[in-house]
Amino acid sequence: MKVRLHDIAHGRSGDKGNTVNIGVIARREEWYPLLVEQLTVERVASYLRPLAEGPVERHELPSLAALNFVVRKALGGGGSISLRLDAQGKTYAQALLRMEIEVPEGMTELFKPPPG
Amino acid sequence: MIRIAGGSGFWGDWPQAPALQVRSGPIDYLVLDYLAEVTLSVMHRQRARDPNAGYATDFVTDIGELLPEIVEKNIKVIANAGGANPRACTQALIESARRQGIRSLRIAEVSGDDLFQELGSGGGLAEKIRPLEPDGLSVAEVLPRLTGAHAYIGVEPIVEALRQGAQVVLTGRCSDPSLFLAPFLHEFGVAPGDWDSRALGTVVGHILECGGQASGGNFQGDWRAVPDLEKLGFPIAEIEDPSRAVITKHASLGGLISPAVIKEQLVYEIGDPKRYITPDCTADFTSIRLDDLGNNRVEVSGVRGGPPPEELKLACYYEAGWMVSGEMTYTWPDARAKALAAGELVRRRTEQKVGLKFDEWRIECIGAGACHGDLSFDGIEPEEVILRIAACSKDRDACDWLGREMAPLILTGPPGATGFASGRPRASKRVAYWPGLIPRGCVRPKVEFFAS
Repeated sequence: MKVRLHDIAHGRSGDKGNTVNIGVIARREEWYPLLVEQLTVERVASYLRPLAEGPVERHELPSLAALNFVVRKALGGGGSISLRLDAQGKTYAQALLRMEIEVPEGMTELFKPPPG
Repeated sequence: MIRIAGGSGFWGDWPQAPALQVRSGPIDYLVLDYLAEVTLSVMHRQRARDPNAGYATDFVTDIGELLPEIVEKNIKVIANAGGANPRACTQALIESARRQGIRSLRIAEVSGDDLFQELGSGGGLAEKIRPLEPDGLSVAEVLPRLTGAHAYIGVEPIVEALRQGAQVVLTGRCSDPSLFLAPFLHEFGVAPGDWDSRALGTVVGHILECGGQASGGNFQGDWRAVPDLEKLGFPIAEIEDPSRAVITKHASLGGLISPAVIKEQLVYEIGDPKRYITPDCTADFTSIRLDDLGNNRVEVSGVRGGPPPEELKLACYYEAGWMVSGEMTYTWPDARAKALAAGELVRRRTEQKVGLKFDEWRIECIGAGACHGDLSFDGIEPEEVILRIAACSKDRDACDWLGREMAPLILTGPPGATGFASGRPRASKRVAYWPGLIPRGCVRPKVEFFAS
């Protein structure tokens, strides 16, 4: 079944020049393999194409159950000269969390986030 | 055990945070970061208008009034508030101390990061710089338009300042985590080649450098679950030995310290997590172990590190023309369609003025996909939207003319326009950020001491 990435992950994003950095963290450690499987470089690059030219690099942080995406040519020139409202890519994590991903049937029962 | 408290994550951060850190429980160090990538370019403009400006004035206001308590409790303060004018910041803090009758406050000023004069003097420094980004402008293209250049200096001069008994250490551009690593190295006497310990102190610095973002602010995990944000306690690192640190906050304050909160900060702006580079070490963020100790305490351990690269990062700023932006609100019916039509109208009217050339336009509908574009707009008609028009040009007059085209929309464009009380938008200078690399030996940090 399809869910929003937001249901199984959270994240934060920010800028380095014209590059945006998007960290995505599994809400439960056992869901990290789903992120690794579904959030391929190709899918993320293609999903973010309306916002960012790319290329996209993906880095794995298994001990934090997190992936980090480094997306180049993403901010219309970079924080100080971009004409965009979100010139520093502060909301790109939220943009990525809207993405639809495929999860096993029945998993939605677990979507209440664990405490803390 | 030492307690290092974060007090600011950027210039403009929550002004109540430093006082809450000082007054709500014990801390040994209060460390404040004021410099984002764009901040120095703002400070250069301020310094150009006034030789006594160009630093984070909020620091002097907020820390100045806490000086009696800081002295009484012997809290050491470290901040990059000096920005583009550390001397002016030092002098302003000295004046604040004297006005309050505080004598012999020992202030260390760390400088040597500002290479603008030296780069312009033709002494051969420019030939040693290379670009950090392979697809950006070349050094030769940037140099003639340069408005500022600052090397990211490392932890050593700050440690030296602490060793010589400074109560307040003020720096210009240095690497943000170095501000927090300094007390760690000073207190524990970490050996120069102990890269794992340096990496742990650097990770702690990365967690603390963005202030309340590591204690429940901006928390996408579950923002509703963060208690008492009106009394948000900024993060504090408790360190007993250089192999581990506990991230916590004052118990009486609000916010949340949990693994999920700390993870969001750990993945923030890190690039390649295996090679998180500062002037002080290369930290491996994939080696970080987090343990939830409960009660708003998370332990950080297991961090591995290696030596830093030979070159330092150099933040360069250059002039890139002018820009302007303006906003107008449109309501139902057809809010989005009218806003987009009005945006196009302004563009056509502005461009039909003979001789006005723009390099780039952007027309956004706040309330209907301004941030996420086609990813977010689902076709549902919003109640109202804000049209935002932005453009840039080499010509200041072109940008100012665009500013004049906004208000007329009320009577000469689509119906149902309002919310234009903030005045006519004006052209502002566009200053671009260009990161480079410079050999470490070309940068000579300096520590000077002052007393109130």
